[in-house]
Amino acid sequence: MTGFGSILAQALGLIASGDAALMEIIGLSLRVTLSAVALSCLIGLPLGAAVGAFRFPGRTALCVVLNALMGLPPVVVGLLVYLMLSAAGPLGPLALLYTPSAMVIAQTVLVTPIVAALTRQVVEDLNQEYDEQFKSLGVTGAGRVSALLWDARFSLLTVALAGFGRAVAEVGAVIIVGGNINHVTRVMTTTIALETSKGNLELALALGVVLLGIAVTVNAAVMGLRASAVRSAYA
Amino acid sequence: MNIQSGAEAVARRTGLTARGLCYDAGGKRLIDGMDISIAAGRRTVVMGANGAGKSVLLRLLHGILSPASGEVLCEGRPLDCALRARQAMVFQRPVLLRRSVRGNLAFALAAKGVPRRDRGHAVADALEQARLTHLADRPARVLSGGEQQRLAVARALIGGPDLLLLDEPTASLDPGSTHAIEELIQNAYQRGVTIVMVTHDAGQARRIADDVVFLNSGRVVEAGPADQVLNAPQSNAARAWLGGRLYLDSTP
Repeated sequence: MTGFGSILAQALGLIASGDAALMEIIGLSLRVTLSAVALSCLIGLPLGAAVGAFRFPGRTALCVVLNALMGLPPVVVGLLVYLMLSAAGPLGPLALLYTPSAMVIAQTVLVTPIVAALTRQVVEDLNQEYDEQFKSLGVTGAGRVSALLWDARFSLLTVALAGFGRAVAEVGAVIIVGGNINHVTRVMTTTIALETSKGNLELALALGVVLLGIAVTVNAAVMGLRASAVRSAYA
Repeated sequence: MNIQSGAEAVARRTGLTARGLCYDAGGKRLIDGMDISIAAGRRTVVMGANGAGKSVLLRLLHGILSPASGEVLCEGRPLDCALRARQAMVFQRPVLLRRSVRGNLAFALAAKGVPRRDRGHAVADALEQARLTHLADRPARVLSGGEQQRLAVARALIGGPDLLLLDEPTASLDPGSTHAIEELIQNAYQRGVTIVMVTHDAGQARRIADDVVFLNSGRVVEAGPADQVLNAPQSNAARAWLGGRLYLDSTP
Protein backbone atom coordinates (compact mmCIF):
# COMPACT_ATOMS: atom_id res chain seq x y z
CA MET A 1 0.00 0.00 0.00
CA THR A 2 2.91 2.32 0.72
CA GLY A 3 4.06 1.62 -2.83
CA PHE A 4 0.72 2.73 -4.17
CA GLY A 5 0.75 5.77 -1.89
CA SER A 6 4.12 7.01 -3.10
CA ILE A 7 3.24 6.34 -6.73
CA LEU A 8 0.00 8.29 -6.29
CA ALA A 9 1.91 11.15 -4.65
CA GLN A 10 4.36 11.28 -7.54
CA ALA A 11 1.48 11.10 -10.03
CA LEU A 12 -0.27 14.03 -8.37
CA GLY A 13 3.06 15.88 -8.38
CA LEU A 14 3.31 15.36 -12.14
CA ILE A 15 -0.18 16.77 -12.62
CA ALA A 16 0.46 19.71 -10.27
CA SER A 17 3.70 20.63 -12.04
CA GLY A 18 1.89 20.71 -15.37
CA ASP A 19 4.41 18.31 -16.89
CA ALA A 20 4.77 19.14 -20.60
CA ALA A 21 4.62 15.52 -21.84
CA LEU A 22 1.55 14.90 -19.71
CA MET A 23 -0.21 18.02 -21.01
CA GLU A 24 0.59 17.13 -24.60
CA ILE A 25 -0.98 13.70 -24.17
CA ILE A 26 -4.07 15.06 -22.40
CA GLY A 27 -4.46 17.75 -25.08
CA LEU A 28 -4.31 15.25 -27.94
CA SER A 29 -6.70 12.89 -26.15
CA LEU A 30 -9.30 15.59 -25.73
CA ARG A 31 -8.83 16.88 -29.27
CA VAL A 32 -9.29 13.43 -30.79
CA THR A 33 -12.21 12.42 -28.58
CA LEU A 34 -14.09 15.72 -28.80
CA SER A 35 -13.70 15.75 -32.59
CA ALA A 36 -14.97 12.18 -32.79
CA VAL A 37 -17.94 12.93 -30.51
CA ALA A 38 -18.78 16.06 -32.52
CA LEU A 39 -18.69 14.09 -35.78
CA SER A 40 -20.71 11.26 -34.24
CA CYS A 41 -23.38 13.72 -33.09
CA LEU A 42 -23.43 15.32 -36.54
CA ILE A 43 -24.23 11.91 -38.04
CA GLY A 44 -25.93 10.07 -35.18
CA LEU A 45 -28.37 12.72 -33.95
CA PRO A 46 -30.26 13.26 -37.22
CA LEU A 47 -29.99 9.56 -38.10
CA GLY A 48 -31.34 8.41 -34.73
CA ALA A 49 -34.01 11.12 -34.73
CA ALA A 50 -35.22 10.15 -38.21
CA VAL A 51 -35.47 6.48 -37.20
CA GLY A 52 -37.25 7.51 -33.99
CA ALA A 53 -39.71 9.86 -35.68
CA PHE A 54 -40.80 7.93 -38.75
CA ARG A 55 -42.23 4.53 -39.63
CA PHE A 56 -40.77 2.92 -42.75
CA PRO A 57 -40.08 -0.57 -44.09
CA GLY A 58 -37.00 -2.12 -42.51
CA ARG A 59 -37.17 0.17 -39.51
CA THR A 60 -37.11 -2.61 -36.93
CA ALA A 61 -34.12 -4.24 -38.63
CA LEU A 62 -32.32 -0.89 -38.61
CA CYS A 63 -33.03 -0.49 -34.88
CA VAL A 64 -31.64 -3.95 -34.19
CA VAL A 65 -28.50 -3.16 -36.17
CA LEU A 66 -28.02 0.19 -34.43
CA ASN A 67 -28.49 -1.38 -31.00
CA ALA A 68 -26.13 -4.24 -31.85
CA LEU A 69 -23.47 -1.81 -33.12
CA MET A 70 -23.52 -0.08 -29.72
CA GLY A 71 -21.54 -3.03 -28.45
CA LEU A 72 -18.87 -2.94 -31.18
CA PRO A 73 -15.54 -4.07 -29.71
CA PRO A 74 -13.03 -1.21 -30.11
CA VAL A 75 -10.29 -3.54 -31.36
CA VAL A 76 -12.54 -4.77 -34.16
CA VAL A 77 -13.34 -1.18 -35.15
CA GLY A 78 -9.61 -0.43 -34.99
CA LEU A 79 -8.85 -3.37 -37.24
CA LEU A 80 -11.52 -2.45 -39.80
CA VAL A 81 -10.45 1.18 -39.94
CA TYR A 82 -6.82 0.01 -40.17
CA LEU A 83 -7.70 -2.14 -43.20
CA MET A 84 -9.49 0.80 -44.84
CA LEU A 85 -6.63 3.24 -44.21
CA SER A 86 -3.62 0.96 -44.78
CA ALA A 87 -1.60 1.49 -47.95
CA ALA A 88 -3.41 -1.35 -49.73
CA GLY A 89 -6.86 -0.28 -48.47
CA PRO A 90 -9.43 1.79 -50.35
CA LEU A 91 -8.56 4.94 -48.37
CA GLY A 92 -4.81 4.21 -48.43
CA PRO A 93 -3.96 7.13 -50.76
CA LEU A 94 -5.14 9.57 -48.10
CA ALA A 95 -2.15 8.48 -45.98
CA LEU A 96 -4.09 8.87 -42.76
CA LEU A 97 -2.85 5.79 -40.93
CA TYR A 98 -0.93 6.60 -37.71
CA THR A 99 -2.26 10.16 -37.59
CA PRO A 100 -4.70 11.75 -35.14
CA SER A 101 -7.20 11.88 -38.03
CA ALA A 102 -7.20 8.08 -38.20
CA MET A 103 -7.96 7.99 -34.48
CA VAL A 104 -10.82 10.43 -34.94
CA ILE A 105 -12.23 8.23 -37.70
CA ALA A 106 -11.98 5.07 -35.60
CA GLN A 107 -13.64 6.68 -32.58
CA THR A 108 -16.35 8.17 -34.78
CA VAL A 109 -17.15 4.70 -36.12
CA LEU A 110 -17.25 3.43 -32.56
CA VAL A 111 -19.41 6.22 -31.10
CA THR A 112 -21.85 7.03 -33.93
CA PRO A 113 -23.99 3.90 -33.35
CA ILE A 114 -24.15 4.70 -29.63
CA VAL A 115 -25.34 8.25 -30.32
CA ALA A 116 -27.77 7.10 -33.03
CA ALA A 117 -29.28 4.24 -31.01
CA LEU A 118 -29.75 6.27 -27.82
CA THR A 119 -31.10 9.24 -29.81
CA ARG A 120 -33.58 6.93 -31.49
CA GLN A 121 -34.96 5.86 -28.11
CA VAL A 122 -35.16 9.40 -26.70
CA VAL A 123 -36.76 10.83 -29.83
CA GLU A 124 -39.21 7.96 -30.22
CA ASP A 125 -40.55 8.54 -26.70
CA LEU A 126 -40.89 12.27 -27.29
CA ASN A 127 -42.46 11.72 -30.70
CA GLN A 128 -45.16 9.61 -29.09
CA GLU A 129 -46.02 12.48 -26.80
CA TYR A 130 -46.00 15.08 -29.58
CA ASP A 131 -47.42 12.98 -32.42
CA GLU A 132 -51.03 14.18 -32.44
CA GLN A 133 -50.07 17.78 -31.82
CA PHE A 134 -47.53 17.66 -34.66
CA LYS A 135 -50.08 16.08 -36.99
CA SER A 136 -52.54 18.77 -36.02
CA LEU A 137 -50.03 21.55 -36.65
CA GLY A 138 -48.89 19.89 -39.86
CA VAL A 139 -45.30 19.37 -38.72
CA THR A 140 -43.73 16.74 -40.98
CA GLY A 141 -40.42 15.62 -42.45
CA ALA A 142 -37.26 17.51 -41.57
CA GLY A 143 -39.27 20.03 -39.56
CA ARG A 144 -40.44 17.27 -37.26
CA VAL A 145 -36.93 15.83 -36.84
CA SER A 146 -35.40 19.19 -35.99
CA ALA A 147 -38.24 20.09 -33.60
CA LEU A 148 -37.86 16.76 -31.80
CA LEU A 149 -34.08 17.14 -31.60
CA TRP A 150 -34.45 20.63 -30.14
CA ASP A 151 -37.08 19.62 -27.59
CA ALA A 152 -35.02 16.59 -26.57
CA ARG A 153 -31.87 18.70 -26.30
CA PHE A 154 -31.23 18.05 -22.61
CA SER A 155 -31.78 14.30 -22.85
CA LEU A 156 -29.49 14.29 -25.87
CA LEU A 157 -26.73 15.91 -23.81
CA THR A 158 -26.66 12.68 -21.82
CA VAL A 159 -26.51 10.77 -25.10
CA ALA A 160 -23.48 12.79 -26.21
CA LEU A 161 -22.00 12.18 -22.77
CA ALA A 162 -22.36 8.42 -23.19
CA GLY A 163 -20.52 8.74 -26.50
CA PHE A 164 -17.81 10.84 -24.91
CA GLY A 165 -17.36 8.33 -22.11
CA ARG A 166 -16.97 5.50 -24.57
CA ALA A 167 -14.50 7.38 -26.78
CA VAL A 168 -12.28 8.89 -24.10
CA ALA A 169 -11.86 5.56 -22.30
CA GLU A 170 -11.26 3.19 -25.19
CA VAL A 171 -7.78 2.02 -26.06
CA GLY A 172 -8.21 -0.78 -28.61
CA ALA A 173 -9.19 1.27 -31.65
CA VAL A 174 -6.81 4.20 -31.25
CA ILE A 175 -3.79 2.02 -30.53
CA ILE A 176 -4.31 0.07 -33.76
CA VAL A 177 -4.90 3.00 -36.12
CA GLY A 178 -2.78 5.56 -34.21
CA GLY A 179 0.14 3.33 -33.38
CA ASN A 180 0.85 5.12 -30.06
CA ILE A 181 3.64 7.20 -31.61
CA ASN A 182 5.30 9.58 -29.15
CA HIS A 183 4.37 13.26 -29.74
CA VAL A 184 2.13 12.23 -32.64
CA THR A 185 -0.61 9.81 -31.69
CA ARG A 186 -0.04 9.10 -28.03
CA VAL A 187 -3.22 9.61 -26.02
CA MET A 188 -4.10 8.96 -22.38
CA THR A 189 -5.33 5.41 -22.67
CA THR A 190 -2.57 4.18 -24.96
CA THR A 191 0.04 5.83 -22.76
CA ILE A 192 -1.39 4.19 -19.65
CA ALA A 193 -1.16 0.80 -21.38
CA LEU A 194 2.40 1.44 -22.58
CA GLU A 195 3.79 3.05 -19.41
CA THR A 196 2.26 0.36 -17.22
CA SER A 197 3.97 -2.36 -19.23
CA LYS A 198 7.23 -0.37 -19.05
CA GLY A 199 6.86 -0.08 -15.28
CA ASN A 200 6.56 3.73 -15.39
CA LEU A 201 3.63 3.65 -13.00
CA GLU A 202 3.75 7.33 -11.92
CA LEU A 203 2.94 8.65 -15.39
CA ALA A 204 0.38 5.88 -15.97
CA LEU A 205 -1.38 6.61 -12.71
CA ALA A 206 -1.21 10.37 -13.24
CA LEU A 207 -3.00 9.88 -16.54
CA GLY A 208 -5.48 7.56 -14.88
CA VAL A 209 -6.26 10.20 -12.29
CA VAL A 210 -6.72 12.83 -15.00
CA LEU A 211 -8.96 10.50 -17.00
CA LEU A 212 -11.15 9.90 -13.96
CA GLY A 213 -11.15 13.63 -13.22
CA ILE A 214 -12.33 14.43 -16.74
CA ALA A 215 -15.07 11.82 -16.51
CA VAL A 216 -16.30 13.20 -13.18
CA THR A 217 -16.13 16.83 -14.33
CA VAL A 218 -17.96 16.26 -17.61
CA ASN A 219 -20.64 14.18 -15.88
CA ALA A 220 -21.12 16.77 -13.16
CA ALA A 221 -21.44 19.54 -15.76
CA VAL A 222 -24.06 17.63 -17.74
CA MET A 223 -25.98 16.65 -14.58
CA GLY A 224 -25.98 20.29 -13.50
CA LEU A 225 -27.31 21.42 -16.87
CA ARG A 226 -30.00 18.77 -16.82
CA ALA A 227 -31.04 19.63 -13.29
CA SER A 228 -31.59 23.25 -14.26
CA ALA A 229 -33.47 22.10 -17.35
CA VAL A 230 -35.72 19.88 -15.24
CA ARG A 231 -36.54 22.86 -13.05
CA SER A 232 -37.86 24.68 -16.14
CA ALA A 233 -39.59 21.49 -17.31
CA TYR A 234 -37.47 21.60 -20.46
CA ALA A 235 -36.05 18.13 -19.91
CA MET B 1 -77.94 13.86 -40.60
CA ASN B 2 -78.16 17.58 -41.14
CA ILE B 3 -77.80 19.72 -38.11
CA GLN B 4 -79.40 22.69 -39.78
CA SER B 5 -80.67 22.47 -43.26
CA GLY B 6 -80.80 26.27 -43.55
CA ALA B 7 -77.09 26.43 -42.98
CA GLU B 8 -76.29 24.11 -45.85
CA ALA B 9 -75.31 26.86 -48.26
CA VAL B 10 -72.89 28.22 -45.69
CA ALA B 11 -71.73 24.72 -44.87
CA ARG B 12 -70.52 24.40 -48.40
CA ARG B 13 -68.23 27.38 -47.86
CA THR B 14 -66.14 26.13 -44.96
CA GLY B 15 -68.28 23.57 -43.20
CA LEU B 16 -67.53 19.91 -42.74
CA THR B 17 -69.58 16.91 -43.79
CA ALA B 18 -68.94 13.33 -42.76
CA ARG B 19 -70.62 10.48 -44.60
CA GLY B 20 -70.86 6.88 -43.38
CA LEU B 21 -67.91 7.36 -41.08
CA CYS B 22 -66.62 4.16 -39.43
CA TYR B 23 -63.54 3.68 -37.28
CA ASP B 24 -62.19 0.53 -35.60
CA ALA B 25 -59.51 0.10 -32.98
CA GLY B 26 -58.42 -3.07 -31.25
CA GLY B 27 -61.11 -5.07 -33.02
CA LYS B 28 -63.83 -2.79 -31.67
CA ARG B 29 -66.00 -0.48 -33.77
CA LEU B 30 -65.70 2.92 -32.10
CA ILE B 31 -67.49 4.96 -34.76
CA ASP B 32 -70.31 3.17 -36.47
CA GLY B 33 -71.63 4.75 -39.66
CA MET B 34 -71.84 8.41 -38.67
CA ASP B 35 -73.32 11.08 -40.90
CA ILE B 36 -72.72 14.57 -39.64
CA SER B 37 -72.64 18.01 -41.10
CA ILE B 38 -71.02 20.88 -39.32
CA ALA B 39 -72.32 24.26 -40.37
CA ALA B 40 -69.74 26.91 -41.12
CA GLY B 41 -69.60 29.88 -38.81
CA ARG B 42 -71.55 28.12 -36.09
CA ARG B 43 -70.71 26.54 -32.76
CA THR B 44 -71.40 22.83 -32.67
CA VAL B 45 -71.11 21.03 -29.36
CA VAL B 46 -70.61 17.25 -29.34
CA MET B 47 -71.90 15.44 -26.25
CA GLY B 48 -72.18 11.87 -25.06
CA ALA B 49 -70.91 9.42 -22.47
CA ASN B 50 -67.35 8.16 -22.19
CA GLY B 51 -66.66 5.81 -25.06
CA ALA B 52 -69.45 7.29 -27.15
CA GLY B 53 -66.84 8.19 -29.77
CA LYS B 54 -66.57 11.96 -29.26
CA SER B 55 -62.79 12.23 -29.24
CA VAL B 56 -62.38 9.79 -32.12
CA LEU B 57 -64.96 11.73 -34.14
CA LEU B 58 -63.03 14.95 -33.58
CA ARG B 59 -59.79 13.31 -34.72
CA LEU B 60 -61.49 11.91 -37.82
CA LEU B 61 -62.91 15.34 -38.67
CA HIS B 62 -59.44 16.82 -38.17
CA GLY B 63 -57.85 14.17 -40.36
CA ILE B 64 -55.33 12.93 -37.78
CA LEU B 65 -57.13 9.57 -37.83
CA SER B 66 -58.23 7.90 -41.05
CA PRO B 67 -61.68 6.30 -41.13
CA ALA B 68 -62.05 2.58 -41.88
CA SER B 69 -64.79 3.56 -44.26
CA GLY B 70 -66.74 6.67 -45.11
CA GLU B 71 -65.28 10.09 -45.73
CA VAL B 72 -64.92 13.59 -44.39
CA LEU B 73 -65.64 16.35 -46.87
CA CYS B 74 -64.70 19.97 -46.54
CA GLU B 75 -66.31 22.32 -49.05
CA GLY B 76 -67.41 19.16 -50.83
CA ARG B 77 -63.84 17.96 -51.26
CA PRO B 78 -62.11 15.13 -49.38
CA LEU B 79 -59.92 16.43 -46.57
CA ASP B 80 -56.38 17.05 -47.87
CA CYS B 81 -53.32 18.79 -46.44
CA ALA B 82 -54.36 22.24 -47.59
CA LEU B 83 -57.84 21.87 -46.11
CA ARG B 84 -56.46 20.39 -42.90
CA ALA B 85 -54.11 23.32 -42.54
CA ARG B 86 -57.16 25.55 -42.17
CA GLN B 87 -58.30 23.56 -39.13
CA ALA B 88 -56.79 23.59 -35.68
CA MET B 89 -57.34 21.33 -32.70
CA VAL B 90 -57.05 21.67 -28.93
CA PHE B 91 -56.63 18.44 -27.00
CA GLN B 92 -58.02 17.59 -23.60
CA ARG B 93 -54.54 17.55 -22.12
CA PRO B 94 -52.49 20.33 -23.67
CA VAL B 95 -49.35 19.06 -25.40
CA LEU B 96 -46.88 21.85 -24.89
CA LEU B 97 -43.40 21.91 -26.33
CA ARG B 98 -40.38 22.13 -24.07
CA ARG B 99 -39.98 25.80 -24.89
CA SER B 100 -41.14 29.14 -23.59
CA VAL B 101 -44.75 30.32 -23.93
CA ARG B 102 -43.61 32.58 -26.75
CA GLY B 103 -41.66 29.72 -28.31
CA ASN B 104 -44.77 27.52 -28.42
CA LEU B 105 -46.73 30.20 -30.27
CA ALA B 106 -43.90 30.95 -32.68
CA PHE B 107 -43.54 27.24 -33.40
CA ALA B 108 -47.14 27.01 -34.61
CA LEU B 109 -46.52 29.95 -36.95
CA ALA B 110 -43.30 28.41 -38.22
CA ALA B 111 -45.18 25.17 -38.93
CA LYS B 112 -47.60 27.22 -41.03
CA GLY B 113 -44.67 28.64 -42.98
CA VAL B 114 -44.90 32.16 -41.59
CA PRO B 115 -41.50 33.85 -42.07
CA ARG B 116 -39.58 34.64 -38.88
CA ARG B 117 -39.84 38.42 -39.28
CA ASP B 118 -43.64 38.26 -39.41
CA ARG B 119 -44.06 36.12 -36.32
CA GLY B 120 -43.38 38.67 -33.57
CA HIS B 121 -46.51 40.73 -34.09
CA ALA B 122 -48.85 37.72 -34.29
CA VAL B 123 -47.27 36.19 -31.19
CA ALA B 124 -47.69 39.44 -29.23
CA ASP B 125 -51.35 39.59 -30.31
CA ALA B 126 -52.00 36.00 -29.31
CA LEU B 127 -50.29 36.53 -25.94
CA GLU B 128 -52.49 39.52 -25.24
CA GLN B 129 -55.71 37.78 -26.21
CA ALA B 130 -54.89 34.81 -23.98
CA ARG B 131 -53.70 37.20 -21.24
CA LEU B 132 -50.35 35.47 -21.16
CA THR B 133 -48.15 38.46 -22.01
CA HIS B 134 -46.63 38.54 -18.51
CA LEU B 135 -45.72 34.85 -18.84
CA ALA B 136 -44.30 35.08 -22.37
CA ASP B 137 -40.79 34.03 -21.46
CA ARG B 138 -41.70 31.40 -18.87
CA PRO B 139 -41.20 27.73 -19.77
CA ALA B 140 -44.62 26.61 -21.04
CA ARG B 141 -44.69 23.42 -19.02
CA VAL B 142 -44.41 25.10 -15.61
CA LEU B 143 -47.61 27.09 -16.15
CA SER B 144 -50.76 26.14 -14.22
CA GLY B 145 -53.28 23.82 -15.88
CA GLY B 146 -55.55 26.71 -16.83
CA GLU B 147 -52.69 28.78 -18.24
CA GLN B 148 -51.43 25.79 -20.21
CA GLN B 149 -54.83 25.25 -21.81
CA ARG B 150 -55.13 28.98 -22.57
CA LEU B 151 -51.79 28.74 -24.32
CA ALA B 152 -52.94 25.65 -26.22
CA VAL B 153 -56.06 27.48 -27.44
CA ALA B 154 -54.03 30.55 -28.34
CA ARG B 155 -51.57 28.36 -30.24
CA ALA B 156 -54.40 26.69 -32.13
CA LEU B 157 -55.86 30.07 -33.09
CA ILE B 158 -52.63 31.83 -34.00
CA GLY B 159 -52.54 30.49 -37.54
CA GLY B 160 -55.99 31.98 -38.20
CA PRO B 161 -57.89 28.70 -38.74
CA ASP B 162 -61.36 28.58 -40.29
CA LEU B 163 -62.39 25.77 -37.99
CA LEU B 164 -61.40 25.06 -34.40
CA LEU B 165 -61.91 21.60 -32.87
CA LEU B 166 -61.74 21.33 -29.09
CA ASP B 167 -61.73 18.05 -27.17
CA GLU B 168 -63.03 18.76 -23.66
CA PRO B 169 -60.73 21.77 -23.31
CA THR B 170 -62.04 22.68 -19.85
CA ALA B 171 -62.27 19.22 -18.29
CA SER B 172 -60.55 19.44 -14.90
CA LEU B 173 -60.27 23.25 -15.00
CA ASP B 174 -61.71 25.56 -12.33
CA PRO B 175 -64.52 28.04 -13.17
CA GLY B 176 -62.12 30.95 -13.65
CA SER B 177 -59.97 29.05 -16.13
CA THR B 178 -63.05 27.64 -17.84
CA HIS B 179 -64.39 31.16 -18.28
CA ALA B 180 -61.10 32.32 -19.81
CA ILE B 181 -61.12 29.41 -22.29
CA GLU B 182 -64.77 30.01 -23.21
CA GLU B 183 -63.99 33.68 -23.77
CA LEU B 184 -61.22 32.76 -26.22
CA ILE B 185 -63.60 30.41 -28.01
CA GLN B 186 -66.38 33.02 -28.20
CA ASN B 187 -63.95 35.65 -29.51
CA ALA B 188 -62.82 33.25 -32.22
CA TYR B 189 -66.47 32.58 -33.08
CA GLN B 190 -67.10 36.33 -33.34
CA ARG B 191 -64.27 36.52 -35.86
CA GLY B 192 -66.02 33.87 -37.96
CA VAL B 193 -64.19 30.73 -36.86
CA THR B 194 -66.37 27.60 -36.95
CA ILE B 195 -66.30 25.88 -33.57
CA VAL B 196 -66.66 22.15 -32.88
CA MET B 197 -66.32 21.32 -29.21
CA VAL B 198 -66.68 18.18 -27.15
CA THR B 199 -67.96 18.66 -23.62
CA HIS B 200 -69.50 16.66 -20.79
CA ASP B 201 -70.86 19.80 -19.23
CA ALA B 202 -74.49 20.59 -20.11
CA GLY B 203 -74.08 24.09 -18.69
CA GLN B 204 -71.16 24.72 -21.00
CA ALA B 205 -73.17 23.38 -23.93
CA ARG B 206 -75.95 25.85 -23.11
CA ARG B 207 -73.46 28.73 -22.94
CA ILE B 208 -71.73 27.92 -26.21
CA ALA B 209 -73.75 25.73 -28.54
CA ASP B 210 -75.70 26.81 -31.59
CA ASP B 211 -76.04 23.15 -32.53
CA VAL B 212 -75.68 20.00 -30.46
CA VAL B 213 -74.75 16.52 -31.65
CA PHE B 214 -75.42 13.77 -29.14
CA LEU B 215 -73.48 10.52 -29.53
CA ASN B 216 -74.01 7.12 -28.00
CA SER B 217 -72.00 3.95 -28.74
CA GLY B 218 -70.37 5.36 -31.83
CA ARG B 219 -73.58 6.63 -33.42
CA VAL B 220 -75.34 9.95 -33.63
CA VAL B 221 -78.51 9.54 -31.58
CA GLU B 222 -79.66 13.12 -31.80
CA ALA B 223 -78.60 16.31 -33.52
CA GLY B 224 -80.14 19.69 -34.00
CA PRO B 225 -80.32 23.26 -32.75
CA ALA B 226 -79.07 23.59 -29.19
CA ASP B 227 -82.33 24.66 -27.53
CA GLN B 228 -84.15 21.75 -29.13
CA VAL B 229 -81.64 19.06 -28.15
CA LEU B 230 -80.88 20.50 -24.73
CA ASN B 231 -84.44 21.40 -23.73
CA ALA B 232 -86.52 18.77 -25.47
CA PRO B 233 -84.27 15.79 -26.15
CA GLN B 234 -85.94 13.01 -28.08
CA SER B 235 -83.55 10.09 -27.53
CA ASN B 236 -83.41 8.11 -24.30
CA ALA B 237 -79.66 8.58 -24.04
CA ALA B 238 -79.81 12.37 -24.34
CA ARG B 239 -82.85 12.62 -22.07
CA ALA B 240 -81.16 10.59 -19.36
CA TRP B 241 -77.89 12.46 -19.70
CA LEU B 242 -79.40 15.91 -19.64
CA GLY B 243 -81.84 14.95 -16.91
CA GLY B 244 -78.89 14.07 -14.71
CA ARG B 245 -79.80 10.39 -14.54
CA LEU B 246 -77.25 7.65 -15.04
CA TYR B 247 -77.96 6.09 -18.40
CA LEU B 248 -76.46 2.63 -18.52
CA ASP B 249 -78.20 1.08 -21.50
CA SER B 250 -76.02 1.13 -24.59
CA THR B 251 -78.94 1.16 -27.03
CA PRO B 252 -80.25 4.57 -28.04
